[in-house]
Amino acid sequence: MEIPYTTTARPDTGLWNAKIGIWLFLASEVMLFGGLFSAYIFLRLDAAPGHWPRGLLNVPVGTMNTAILIASSVTVVLAWAALKMRQFSKYKFYMGITILCGIVFLVVKLAYEWPIKFHHFGAKITPAALEKYEPYLGNAHLREGGYEPRVEISGHLENPEALHDESIREYHIKLDAANAEPLNPDNDRPRFWPAPMSDKIAHVSKDDVQLASMYVPKHSTFFATYFTITGLHGLHVLGGVIVFIYLWLPVSARLYKRNPEQLANRVEVAGLFWHFVDLVWIFVFPLFYLL
Amino acid sequence: MDPSADLTSHAPAAHDPHHHDEHGHDHHELGWWRKYVFSTDHKVIGIQYLITGLIFLFLGFTLMMLMRWQLAYPGKALPVLGPMLNVLFGRGSMPEGIMAPDFYNSLGAMHGTIMIFLGVVPVAFAAFGNYVVPLQIGAPDMTFPKINMASYWAFFVGGIIMLISFFVPGGAAKSGWTAYTPLSVIADSGPGHHIIMNGQTLWLIGFVFLITSSLLGAVNFITTIIQLRAKGLTWMRLPFFVWAQFITAFLLLLAFPPLEAAAVMQLMDRLAATSFFMPTGLVVSGAALNISGGGSPILWQHLFWFLGHPEVYVLILPAMGIVAEILANNTRKPLWGYKSLVFAALVLGFLSFIVWAHHMWLTGMGTVVSAFFQTTTLIISIPSVIILSAFFISLWGGSIRFNTPMLFATAFLPMFGIGGLTGIPLAFNAADIYLHDTYYVIAHFHYIVAPGTIFALFAGVYFWFPKATGRMMSEFWGKVHFWPSLICMNVIFLPMFLQGMLSIHRRWYDGGQGWALSNEKVWGLSGFEWNVPISIAAWVMGLAQIPFIINFFWSIKYGKKVNDNPWEATTLEWAAPSPPPHGNFAVVPTAHRGPYEYSLPGRERDFTMQNEPIRDSDRRAYEAAAAAHD
Ligand code: HEM
Ligand SMILES: [Cu+2]
Repeated sequence: MEIPYTTTARPDTGLWNAKIGIWLFLASEVMLFGGLFSAYIFLRLDAAPGHWPRGLLNVPVGTMNTAILIASSVTVVLAWAALKMRQFSKYKFYMGITILCGIVFLVVKLAYEWPIKFHHFGAKITPAALEKYEPYLGNAHLREGGYEPRVEISGHLENPEALHDESIREYHIKLDAANAEPLNPDNDRPRFWPAPMSDKIAHVSKDDVQLASMYVPKHSTFFATYFTITGLHGLHVLGGVIVFIYLWLPVSARLYKRNPEQLANRVEVAGLFWHFVDLVWIFVFPLFYLL
Repeated sequence: MDPSADLTSHAPAAHDPHHHDEHGHDHHELGWWRKYVFSTDHKVIGIQYLITGLIFLFLGFTLMMLMRWQLAYPGKALPVLGPMLNVLFGRGSMPEGIMAPDFYNSLGAMHGTIMIFLGVVPVAFAAFGNYVVPLQIGAPDMTFPKINMASYWAFFVGGIIMLISFFVPGGAAKSGWTAYTPLSVIADSGPGHHIIMNGQTLWLIGFVFLITSSLLGAVNFITTIIQLRAKGLTWMRLPFFVWAQFITAFLLLLAFPPLEAAAVMQLMDRLAATSFFMPTGLVVSGAALNISGGGSPILWQHLFWFLGHPEVYVLILPAMGIVAEILANNTRKPLWGYKSLVFAALVLGFLSFIVWAHHMWLTGMGTVVSAFFQTTTLIISIPSVIILSAFFISLWGGSIRFNTPMLFATAFLPMFGIGGLTGIPLAFNAADIYLHDTYYVIAHFHYIVAPGTIFALFAGVYFWFPKATGRMMSEFWGKVHFWPSLICMNVIFLPMFLQGMLSIHRRWYDGGQGWALSNEKVWGLSGFEWNVPISIAAWVMGLAQIPFIINFFWSIKYGKKVNDNPWEATTLEWAAPSPPPHGNFAVVPTAHRGPYEYSLPGRERDFTMQNEPIRDSDRRAYEAAAAAHD
């Protein structure tokens, strides 16, 4: 038994099956990420002043990753076009670059961006103690400028034992630039190039801390949405890369000899998926890195 | 080829010897496992869905029969069975036969979950859709048979995870089928609970599988209907059932993913201690939680009901499709207002995405939001009324055959009517303030889903059984199944309106015993005492399903053998052999006409199949009908 229209288009719809299938799948993906992004909007609008941190992500790295993904969206089209023109070695070349881009993106995300966050520490100060830590927070200065208050002291945790040991009553934090020089106007707004960490160490009493957490999902609704959305996006990138590798391996050469159009169709479907993954990132980047 | 050769009802020999050879040959290549278990044939998958779904339906019903004991006789030991259940479910679920509150809550949550997501959706959409849609559109199979198989197995795994959750420490999920946060995030967590192997976490993980399954199914259905329609089967010639499944597939495709997002976020709240749905300053058992806060419980409700409301149309649309087929077939006349039906269903599908917050009147969303959703909810009643009216009018002047499928299909109409009409008071937020979360709401939606949808599913089983097996189910036992079920359904759900108006809360563990208003007598019984007849009817209804179960299995082997088109129906599935072989049609059918050409003037028989070519007499009949219409 043969299923009709797997490679050739049905005359009245003008489409072959998998093309409809992938568009439908993408529609559902839009709703999936739509649900997550609406959670982002909901939570951000609801956040108390100072509780939606900004400027915690590395913008140049994010920009680079954005460029990599956009480039890969171009190369996947070139790969498909090469197949359509029946230039197989060119196809292999462009597909290879696409795969490489996907892998670089993932490595940057998983081996650099995420771990660096996991090793960063923040202590949210209780409302009652904000005044006490004013030298690190500079809220009077921020209020003057019309900015949201700072409620967190962050940096490198010098005594990580404090996280588990009840008998240690203080966190020793090697400060981020913003807490080291809270009055410096450069620190009022997020910066493009991340400022280097200072050498100053602050001692923060546990009694004054509402929530102490590494920069993990638990830290805030900001990081909760960031890790959830980029995690799910990363899974999509991984899925795309795996499919591309499959379409690049020797099996593709065999399929190309037998039925080049079918290979082209497969690349087209996978490419549509890849564009979608790219598109999601185009939303992630400004929402989390820039705004 | 001779056009009448594929009118199989009169030509059983046309496909026989040659065909069965091919059929047998196919099967030699596939081993038993590939043929019956890991099959990619839409019919096998449909039957797998049907059997699994029916088992889950019965299981879900059993949970409710247990709850009905506690509601009728709160705090009394359940004789014999109670202590046995305590051994089965353990951990003090029913100590000395008395139902513990947590166990009661688990039963309630899992009843809803199992009935909707493991029972009705798999049977209504996946089972009937898989079995019937490709046949009705004259296709050899689904467009993506392997994805189809994956869809079933994702469903199966999801179901198994849900079942396993009954036996982990703490028992199955207990925060309602709606899993409202923050209750559901706190439930089954903390000391004594495994981080993964606990009720609520397994519930969420199970859900992710179920959602994946629906997604794969939905993509497959829509693509199949667009791409694999037989030659000549234009959109307005599709049977209404196909339309219903098409729209349902879109609802599943677009409404489920936000719930998947929500499930992932709730999982994060449980596993990574995030605060998506956890508000600032939450205090549990006297201690502030060590979380960031800043989350929103209402966000969960929005995401849940964004799925939840379209989901209720997922439950009802396939049922309407089944009823439409059976009504046309047994009134022996075309379905009244086919085009209006199709457009009403499309509008219904579209509107179902913008009414969800009518489940949330009491959350304090604000009057503007409430006014918007109240308006859309009232508007969505219009297409529902159009569909129901068209069905009723279809009965008018027909020479109705009351066989078992038709009995169930006819009963669907008033039952759905009651359910729909009682939804209107809920749609007004002023009225709903009193009725929200009472048994009135339970009665409202059960009238639609239980004597409505589930009756339609029974109708569908009786109706398509001969296609799948080549044999009929017993009419006599069908009627023995029907009448007690109809009576019990009404004894169960009608008094619940009453209880709801006495404001008996839907989640109370004591059946309303401790509530002053429920001591008021209505028709001789107090609101609380009404629980007794309700519960008895529920148990009798359980018994009334036995004839069905026996009839079903007995008829597979011993039912009366029939030809390929025993109901003398018009749609294409009846042009295939019974049971259809792998690949379905001996001759690829071409459609020449609409789906319901019953009693076409100038024809010697009172049904004209879609694949019969147009004759001169047909043309004259169409012209006469058009002239009469002008
Ligand atoms: C025809 C017009 C309908 C209207 C105006 C309507 C209105 C409503 C409203 C306003 C509620 C919320 C009540 C509350 O929680 O206080 C509700 C609950 C519900 N309705 Fe309907 N409904 C209609 C049809 C349906 C249909 C066709 C179904 C599906 C099979 C359905 C299934 C449900 C379910 C399952 C619930 C309760 C969910 C829960 O809280 O557990 N309704 N309905
Ligand atoms: Cu609703």
